[in-house]
Amino acid sequence: MASHGIADRVAIIGMGCTRFGEHWDKGLDELLQAAAGETFSSAGVTKDDVDAYWFGTAQSAMSGIALAKPLGLAGKPVTRVENYCATGSEALRQAAYAVASGAYDMAMAIGGEKVKDGGYQGLNAFPIPGDGTARSVTAAAMFSMVAPAYARKYGVDTGEMKKALARVASKNHRNGARNPRAQFRKEYSVEALCAMPAVAGGLSVFDCAGVADGAAAAIVVRAEDARKYTDKPLIIKALSLVAGNGGGLEDPSYDYTTFPEVAASARDAYAQAGVKDPRRELAMVECHDCFTPTEVVLTEDLGLTGRGTAWTEVLKGTFDLEGEVPVNPDGGLKAFGHPVGASGLRMMFEAWLQLRGEAPDDRRISTCGNRKLALTHNLGGYPGEMVSFVSIVGVE
Amino acid sequence: MAGPATTGPRGITGWGVHLPYRRLDRSAIKAVAGQGGGTGTRTVASYDEDTTTMGAEAARAALRDSDGKRRPDALWFATTEPAYADRTNANAIHAVLRLDRGVPAYDAVGSVRSALGALRAAWQGNGAVLVVASDTRTGLPGGPDEAAGGDAAAALLIGDDDPVAEIVAWESATEEFLDRWRAPGDARSRLWEERFGENRYADLAAEALKLALGSAGIEAGEVSRLIVAGGTERSASAVARKSGVPSSQVADRLKDTVGNPGAAQPALLLARELEEAEPGQNIVLLTLADGADAIVLRTTDALRNYHPAKPVRSQLAASGPVAYGRYLHWRGLLPVEPPRRPEPARVSSPAANRNAGYKFGFPRSGTQGTIVTFTIDKLSYSLSPPLVFAIVDFDPAPDGAGGRMPVELTDTDPDDVAIGGRVEMTFRRLATSDGIHNYFWKARPVRAAREEK
Repeated sequence: MASHGIADRVAIIGMGCTRFGEHWDKGLDELLQAAAGETFSSAGVTKDDVDAYWFGTAQSAMSGIALAKPLGLAGKPVTRVENYCATGSEALRQAAYAVASGAYDMAMAIGGEKVKDGGYQGLNAFPIPGDGTARSVTAAAMFSMVAPAYARKYGVDTGEMKKALARVASKNHRNGARNPRAQFRKEYSVEALCAMPAVAGGLSVFDCAGVADGAAAAIVVRAEDARKYTDKPLIIKALSLVAGNGGGLEDPSYDYTTFPEVAASARDAYAQAGVKDPRRELAMVECHDCFTPTEVVLTEDLGLTGRGTAWTEVLKGTFDLEGEVPVNPDGGLKAFGHPVGASGLRMMFEAWLQLRGEAPDDRRISTCGNRKLALTHNLGGYPGEMVSFVSIVGVE
Repeated sequence: MAGPATTGPRGITGWGVHLPYRRLDRSAIKAVAGQGGGTGTRTVASYDEDTTTMGAEAARAALRDSDGKRRPDALWFATTEPAYADRTNANAIHAVLRLDRGVPAYDAVGSVRSALGALRAAWQGNGAVLVVASDTRTGLPGGPDEAAGGDAAAALLIGDDDPVAEIVAWESATEEFLDRWRAPGDARSRLWEERFGENRYADLAAEALKLALGSAGIEAGEVSRLIVAGGTERSASAVARKSGVPSSQVADRLKDTVGNPGAAQPALLLARELEEAEPGQNIVLLTLADGADAIVLRTTDALRNYHPAKPVRSQLAASGPVAYGRYLHWRGLLPVEPPRRPEPARVSSPAANRNAGYKFGFPRSGTQGTIVTFTIDKLSYSLSPPLVFAIVDFDPAPDGAGGRMPVELTDTDPDDVAIGGRVEMTFRRLATSDGIHNYFWKARPVRAAREEK
């Protein structure tokens, strides 16, 4: 098996991202137009300059027509992409590979989701006809099983574990409060978060990602062409995707304290990018903090800290804006919100801002200027059954 | 008397009973309904149980007891409260039991007496026949069925292969009279003035009992146990009093614990007596339902070696309360705000058919497991929130295969769930959509353990 990657062959030359939130006054069309428009302006190109489009949406629309219509594209190849909550990242991966292959000179990856038209809180998958034996439990409940398993395995006191999870939410809310595009812009103390009532296992609503409408996009070209469009392109170093086979759900040795698909995609991405010591090489990490215990485990699976140590690193502030490796400086899924198809590109948007020094002062990462690489991690599914995407991008 | 068509003496070769875990305290009724209720408890089918799922549980227990040696050649299912009209409910039980395609499955639905009809067909037939009787008794709040009724299922395996109790006589008395009736779709059954039914059953029961004892060649004084099933408590008591059988030999009708579970009552009470009986005893099952059926059974030496996996005794002991309000909600009599989640999609009929071996005949259904971890989900759609969900590791099979399943728990309270807890699989109705019941398996705490007689 070979995973050669496309390090240094493709670059992002423009990005855009809408505010994420409850856009009662906007449909998917308006969200896509806004994200695409900002992206075209950012790159200084028009929709006709872009040769091909990859459009990610998990369940707000079907087919490439759903993008071609609102953008008024004529005669363009447009592909609708879906890969659970990693949909937006998957769109970028497809667009980047298409350019790397030489098939196109310029491609757009765009993701959007309109979830607030559904009439129900939270995310609700559309039903696929089946035999009725599928699990009916929510993602929150599935991920809630991670926290007690982790605490037990590493001997973490229940109160300390709760505090660490609240610390993750508090950090991401603090970052989100400094982000005008984030869904939630209010800070919460650890004490306030610990007092919230549980809704799934030990998790409160404040341990869960925000459910939001939104869209984000990126335009990619061959790396050698990138400087025609911008002085500061984001060079793609690694794109990795692993789809699990669901074996973890039936494997008695799986202990809910790690996500093997994430660890595998991280290994692959680090190999593609030549990263040896992520904690010291990465300027920042955007990870898929769908629930607070997810972020704790992810920092270990991504190699930022050793097994069983993430909870103490969280409490020490290692992953804060001012910390050693800022994680989710834009507020993450927690505070920025999670329009499924857009989230992967939203993560990349933060890397775009931070590595190029365009993030506002009060949200600037501690590593700004000293480190040149950012990692985005995007997953879909559940513990034991997930897809995991990892990208690494850099400014050199 | 029409005798059995086979040569050997036919009788009961096995039995299984399912009592739902929940009990309603009858004293809770009057405070809410303003009338009705009484003393003691009745069994209550959980929100995820119906007559089909309870019947499947009783049938599993009946076949498990026979250690796989006795597989039925035919299956009958009797109830007054079928989960489906215009299709056979017994097929789901057939699938749960993983019976061969060549084993036919039939419903006998409508009245309590349907169960006797199915039993008689089994007795008069050939080979091993499994008769499953299952019922829920609900009625309206404050009404007689709510207070006197119960929910239960009982299965009897009938055959000529070394029966534990031979059926030595069966006599019937039938006449047209109306004491209890219900138009299809009505929420309650109606009763004529009780004295009338009591009067008719007195005559019919006396007639059937006399003939049956005569056919069996025994006197009333030689009856070890007289079970009077069916009818109302009042008519059944009166029949027992006038039977000539000493009151000390009259079987407990489980009025104070279970209630009268309609079509399931005859087989339930018989199973209960067989559990306590000795070889060589005469047991009479006298059922009052649109007539009278008197069955004389004689226990055999085979009874000594029969050990029911889920004795009635232990199921009576293993129970948990259900509040009256929740009971009313479960029965659809108290509509509460539904969860603000999308309703479950209806099950695809072809997909369910293709996967019936998993969905109904779940391969690890007989294996117990241990809770590895669990969660309480207040966000998921559930007919009785919160949803309790666990990761369960199955005990290794003889071939070493273990396996794990993320599965919903039932018959438990959120505070009682613990890591390391032991669970067993139980066949349940997950939801109903577009009139289609979604049957699948859940796990529940192991409570009714195998007991030696």
